[in-house]
Amino acid sequence: MEDLIKAFLVGGALCLIGQLLMDLTPFNITPGHILVGYVTGGAILSALGLYQPLVEWGGAGATVPLSGFGHSLAQGAIESVKSKGLLGALGGGLEATSVGIAAAVVFGLVVATFFNPKG
Amino acid sequence: MVLKKLGKQTLQFNSMPSIKSWASVVGPMEGQGPLAEYFDVIWDNTLGSEKTWEKAEQKLMQYSMELALEKAALLPTDLDFYLAGDLLNQIITANFTAGSLGIPFFGLFGACSTLAEGLALAGILIDGGYAAKVGVSASSHHDTAERQFRFPTEFGVQRPMTAQWTVTGCGSFVVENKSNGFKITQATIGKVVDMGTMNANDMGTAMAPAAFDTIQTHLQDTGRKIDDYDLIITGDLGLLGNNILKELLKKQGMDTGNVSDCGILIYSPEQDTHSGGSGCGCSAVVLAGYLLEQMRKGLYKRIFLVGTGALLSPTSTFQGNSIPCIAHGVVLEYS
Amino acid sequence: MTGKGFDLEGIRERLVKRQELIDHYKEQGKNLDKNLEQQLKQELQQEHQGVLLLEAQKEKDDRQEIVKLRSELEQQQQDLLKIKQLNYQRMAVKMAPPMTVLRNAILAFVVGGLICVIGQVMFALFQQGGLVEKEASTATSATLVFFGALFTGLGLYDELGKFAGAGSIIPITGFANSMVAPALEFKREGFVYGVGARLFTIAGPVITYGTVVSIFIGLIYYFTK
Repeated sequence: MEDLIKAFLVGGALCLIGQLLMDLTPFNITPGHILVGYVTGGAILSALGLYQPLVEWGGAGATVPLSGFGHSLAQGAIESVKSKGLLGALGGGLEATSVGIAAAVVFGLVVATFFNPKG
Repeated sequence: MVLKKLGKQTLQFNSMPSIKSWASVVGPMEGQGPLAEYFDVIWDNTLGSEKTWEKAEQKLMQYSMELALEKAALLPTDLDFYLAGDLLNQIITANFTAGSLGIPFFGLFGACSTLAEGLALAGILIDGGYAAKVGVSASSHHDTAERQFRFPTEFGVQRPMTAQWTVTGCGSFVVENKSNGFKITQATIGKVVDMGTMNANDMGTAMAPAAFDTIQTHLQDTGRKIDDYDLIITGDLGLLGNNILKELLKKQGMDTGNVSDCGILIYSPEQDTHSGGSGCGCSAVVLAGYLLEQMRKGLYKRIFLVGTGALLSPTSTFQGNSIPCIAHGVVLEYS
Repeated sequence: MTGKGFDLEGIRERLVKRQELIDHYKEQGKNLDKNLEQQLKQELQQEHQGVLLLEAQKEKDDRQEIVKLRSELEQQQQDLLKIKQLNYQRMAVKMAPPMTVLRNAILAFVVGGLICVIGQVMFALFQQGGLVEKEASTATSATLVFFGALFTGLGLYDELGKFAGAGSIIPITGFANSMVAPALEFKREGFVYGVGARLFTIAGPVITYGTVVSIFIGLIYYFTK
């Protein structure tokens, strides 16, 4: 139960920050900008060692938001460099996130094939 | 030759071209709005029986024009010209409709000002003696417009409170050279006004100055006062734009009691459209359904319809440019 | 100037004078008097046309100075327009309906938090089912992606997004929504340029920049460890 509350708080807070970025900044920030920003931001925080503690405390609250995707990319690259050297830097990020990306492509394609937009 | 022009921008149609017949076809959302009883046909879905929304919009236009023709007991071949436009790239709705009706065609792009532009040009063609009967259509479709100008419809984004809802619908008119009651007496051709706003979700703020400019110029050109009109109706500034326009007019010491907006009339507040309706189809169906009927009932004798267009292009907004806007006005009188 | 021959020195002088005037009004935040504005506009237009013609008549190598003058004139045209634009925008902002910042923030927090709670539950179930932590986390992401895609197809996710805002965009379900929504919408343009290409309208940049950043991180780690 405690895990659930922590996940709620961390996940909610991450989304809250995104909402405030969209509402309170003078720039026209679209969802596309938010998603790109969260992935790259998450990766950078992760590389600096700041995201792992958030994952340990908040669990899915930190991995489900897209910054968690960035975290996986960064950790994948680092792990892969450890085991494979320089070449690992190129493939590591995508290897670590390949299941998620493949799932998104496949499910996306299937849904787009079988459903029609409602308008 | 004597110019039939008042002041800088206003045309005087001495031969009184008249609206002979009209028709409107709208989508389900408009059919749930307060003006539902005035529309000829209400579709129960946004696709009609077509496979794509673009085709559906084309049918909206074609059906409304055919209905207007039928009401006047005319066939497309009886029309000298067809003036039509919509919001889509290369105005495909109008192009395909003109192709299928087979009438000599002028394609118009004026965003929401298309209908006013069309009526003004119809007046010019008829008053100039170049045509006896002219068809005019303006259409829009919520789903075709949203994805072209903003986001795909299934995308989970918030619409800001300033956003307007693109009307699904088309209004068509037959204008003829016999005086029959609904006369187009004057038209004021607008200039592009660009106040440097860039928010594609706030057309009202962008367009209000254009409407103000055209109204002010019109009153100057004709020497009339704002209360010489029973109704000054913009199409479509929405709630916010309407407020700004009234504010601008008040600053000039004008009374704004008779200033209204098609985008406000077409939906009820419960429909959660935020700032109201928009799109070429909005002023077209409000005029074809509601306003002309009110004129016939004697509620309004003389109205000034100001079509306001945000000439927005996704390409130029992505490149960080502002939104140029235009407003054309036509004076309609009933007697 | 139109029909009056060219007097570059005169144009430059007037340019400076006008700029002083424009800056004055800009500072005051006041609109120019209508007649004055019209007069300045007209002057600028005349001079601009004149300079354009002069530029056209000069040999390519001698144009530099005149091109500079032309762009200064164009800049001034913009400056003149800006005064009116800024004053209008200042007034219009006051009329704008109040933003529902607080409501948006609360909804984003609650919905985003709840999606993460669902993720946490799935994660626990996958772990109970025998998956190690990393696998369970991946499986959770994949399952959430599936539901995000499905609810988009059912036409429900955009309804959620309408009030949840960032709360439904930032979780990975929102990523799935950003792939499926354009793909669905452009299905009628065929499976290559419609569905196939549009799946990546928003996912494309996300994956591109995510990958690039991860490579940089890997490289930096390699050279600094």
